[in-house]
Amino acid sequence: MSYLEYTVKYVPAGPRKLLYLNWPVALLLVAVASVGFLMLYSVAGGSFSPWAEPQMKRFAAGFVLMVIVAMVPIWFWRNVAAVAYGASILLLFGVEFFGSVGMGAQRWIDLGIIRLQPSEVTKITLVMLLAAYYDWLPMKKVSHPLWVALPVFFILLPTALVLMQPDLGTSLLLVVGGGAMMFLAGVHWAYFAAVIAAGIGLVAAVFESRGTSWQLLKDYQYRRIDTFLDPSQDPLNAGYHITQSKIALGSGGWAGKGFMQGTQSRLNFLPEKHTDFIFTTLAEEFGFVGAASLLLLYALIIVFCVISALNNKDRFSSLLIFGIALTFFLFFAVNMSMVMGLAPVVGVPLPLVSYGGSAMLVLMAAFGLVQSAHVHRPR
Amino acid sequence: MRRNPKDSQDGQRRLTRRALVMGGLQAGFIGLLGLRMRFLQVEQADEFRLLAEENRINIRLIPPARGQIFDRNGAVIAENVPSYRITMVREDAGDMELVLRRLSALVDITPEEIERARADLEKLRGDTPVTIADRVSWEEISRVAVNGPALPGVTPEVGLSRHYPSGPDFAHVVGRVGPVSDFDLSRIEDPDPLLRIPRFQIGKVGVEAEAEELLRGKAGIKRVEVNAAGRVMRELDRREGHAGGNLQLSVDSDLQEFVQARLGNQSAAAVVMDCETGDLLAVASSPSYDPNLFVRGISVGDYASLTENEYRPLVPKTVQGLYPPGSTFKMVTALAALEAGIVTADETVYCPGHLEVAGRRFHCWKRAGHGSMDLESSLRESCDVYYYDLALKVGIEKISEMARRLGLGVAFDVPMSSVKAGVAPTKAWKMERFGQDWVIGDTVNASIGQGYVLTSPLQLAVMSARIATGRSVTPRLIKSVDGMEQPTGHGEDMGLDPGNLRQVRRAMFSVSNNRRGTAYASRILTDEFRMAGKTGTSQVRNITADERRRGITRNEDLPWDRRDHALFVNFAPFDAPRIAVSVVVEHGGGGSAVAAPIARDVTLQALYDGNPPLDAYPAKDRSRIKALQDRLRREREAREKEAQGRA
Repeated sequence: MSYLEYTVKYVPAGPRKLLYLNWPVALLLVAVASVGFLMLYSVAGGSFSPWAEPQMKRFAAGFVLMVIVAMVPIWFWRNVAAVAYGASILLLFGVEFFGSVGMGAQRWIDLGIIRLQPSEVTKITLVMLLAAYYDWLPMKKVSHPLWVALPVFFILLPTALVLMQPDLGTSLLLVVGGGAMMFLAGVHWAYFAAVIAAGIGLVAAVFESRGTSWQLLKDYQYRRIDTFLDPSQDPLNAGYHITQSKIALGSGGWAGKGFMQGTQSRLNFLPEKHTDFIFTTLAEEFGFVGAASLLLLYALIIVFCVISALNNKDRFSSLLIFGIALTFFLFFAVNMSMVMGLAPVVGVPLPLVSYGGSAMLVLMAAFGLVQSAHVHRPR
Repeated sequence: MRRNPKDSQDGQRRLTRRALVMGGLQAGFIGLLGLRMRFLQVEQADEFRLLAEENRINIRLIPPARGQIFDRNGAVIAENVPSYRITMVREDAGDMELVLRRLSALVDITPEEIERARADLEKLRGDTPVTIADRVSWEEISRVAVNGPALPGVTPEVGLSRHYPSGPDFAHVVGRVGPVSDFDLSRIEDPDPLLRIPRFQIGKVGVEAEAEELLRGKAGIKRVEVNAAGRVMRELDRREGHAGGNLQLSVDSDLQEFVQARLGNQSAAAVVMDCETGDLLAVASSPSYDPNLFVRGISVGDYASLTENEYRPLVPKTVQGLYPPGSTFKMVTALAALEAGIVTADETVYCPGHLEVAGRRFHCWKRAGHGSMDLESSLRESCDVYYYDLALKVGIEKISEMARRLGLGVAFDVPMSSVKAGVAPTKAWKMERFGQDWVIGDTVNASIGQGYVLTSPLQLAVMSARIATGRSVTPRLIKSVDGMEQPTGHGEDMGLDPGNLRQVRRAMFSVSNNRRGTAYASRILTDEFRMAGKTGTSQVRNITADERRRGITRNEDLPWDRRDHALFVNFAPFDAPRIAVSVVVEHGGGGSAVAAPIARDVTLQALYDGNPPLDAYPAKDRSRIKALQDRLRREREAREKEAQGRA
């Protein structure tokens, strides 16, 4: 019997569980989603359709889903972690061979009610599996090469499948998220140092090889990198997005142009203004004050998750909360870096704000896990 | 599985440590994002704000309304009419084929136009408006507007386009407008930005081209907000330009219409000039063409039929046509000799039918000879030998000088295209032009307006006006600009001896009023409007000795382009000249038979202000005149009815 099971009798039961939810996190999620509704209303030209209204319904559904997931005891989720991971790997295989192609590289499975993106689900199930794995693995063995190789395999398997789609952004998120889980679990730092050093070496090699006979990337891939480093070189094509996005952000200034007054988004200069680039509309209309406030809301969600994880004596729960908080962090950090010209344009939405159904539902389910870990924590 | 509490505590501690490291990294990255935000939104805000404005705001030109052109009585010659066209934007149309199908049911479009529009729609960027139908009627545009909701992406647009209500009548004077071409742009230094507007209309020929700067006006400017596709969302502000200046021409459009009709389909030109002011009352050249065809965009076939026509309908013959003046030049030779004091009007010359000069025989048109000729009888009967004799006595330089004083060989400053100077030849001119010495035969030929002498119908009218008034009357085509009267061409006294002028005028009077005059058949019967004139029949080829012997020189037997030109100049009324007229019928035959009746009809029309009584004409011409007057009246009534219907 685990430590957790000893203390089950102190865990709240029935509807009383609702009172023990991590309400600060739940309210912060509502706040962030509301910012999303506001911006979707604005980019539609002051209209609830076509984006704000469906987004509100989905968030409501997502919130209910979160509560349901939170009501289920955390040990159930720990026990099904491996199954969930296996199922998502099967789904990835499924879309690889049977899935439909939409929007370029993203692959979906149509479940009738919603269209599920297996790579989204995998981000969460991987975190669950690794949390369960390190909960099970004795501390002594954590840095043993054999016990390091196993989680590396767990990470690289879905990464490879996602990479084949091809979706470079998501596969990088999987590697970084999984690596961070291993780091938290206490794997010896030398492994990470070696991987980071190898990574730096690879990047150097890629750049050094350019124009030589052993060139590592295709020419167009180099051009994409060039465009990222200096978007003004290619103002009409790939650079257009990032240039217009920076113009929108910058022209917002300190206090912004005012609600629904953003010229860049209203006049369609901004691409993907309701999805990946929605942050620029916020920054344009509400300025630095608005953009920094959203960043603060995100940061607060992370902070409350970290507090909850640190106070949770159950290893699975706290690893799971850390992992999900980190995945959430990676989402908004990558998206904001992208629209602010700090990272290349990869299709990562701004969590809870960008228009999109399945990503939001998966994220709310993940926060359901965070809530469940919080409700069912050993006392 | 039972867990070792020590192991568990160790794991917990390490997790906390690592979590703090991780949290630190995350906090650091969030801080970095915040700094980046600050950098973009606070420090570089001004720069980006400027860029956003540049994105958003576009400066557009407002084309000014082109100045209108009126005749001397205020009748419209060139105007701007609203023209409607239908454009379509593919992006907004959705199902393009469906919209095109619906549109073709509402508007009269040919399958070719649909095909062309479809090709444009597919070729151009999806946000570019493509013109589906141009110059559609008001009814059609209304139908499209009413059915707007069923026609996404389709916009009815209104613009101004040039219209010439009198069609071909003024084609050679006013000319026409057309879309600015690369060639036009290359000729202009520092062109007006307006000219950069695609298909902007500018004057191509005639007054439209010569007075382009005045008619065009100044562009206004508007600032508009555009979206990323370049479509105008709203107008922010505008500064109106200035419409082009309105021109009033000296031409009388009723008279012009009559003259064009009178010339008919012959290859001919006629100029009617006001002796007092130099105003050009009619400047007609036939055949003509409809300038509206060019504004609409002339078809290849129509254009070819204009350029391939041997009567050259595109050329304004009044200023660009150069013809040997023939006997109409005899007044010049006579005045030159009289002014030089070499002869008097009463001195006679014997005409045996030819004159022997430097071993060459120069014939008079009358083989049998005229006998004894003085100034009046020689001009009346158009004896050539008399003028050969005068020219040999006075010399080419004096004749040439007199020609220029009377306006021949001078390029007048009228706003028409390529006004030609013609030739009033001198010895120096021949040397420069051909590198040859002047020979005496050249003088003999020049004396009767043959050889090197070349004149335009405009110059002949000016000559006639100057003989009639003794003043150096100059032609004026633009009467006023925006209501500002322009200086007239009244002219100063030429300093010719009044007695000599009177003799020449009297001789011209007998040309058309003496029973023996060459134009007696085309006289005016009303006493107060008697006219004085001179016929001319100028050869366009040399008659060979062989032809002369065989005597087959009948014009009708020659191909059209080798026949003689028929000319006539006149002024009227004789006692107080008001108008001067010149008529040239290319390869028309004899001046007295072909040109003189036209000049007489035109003169009467002008003097009676459009309503000459039939009894002013000789009896044989009355039925023909009546028929022409009736035809014109019917046409005018039909036009007025149509104009009322439109309004």
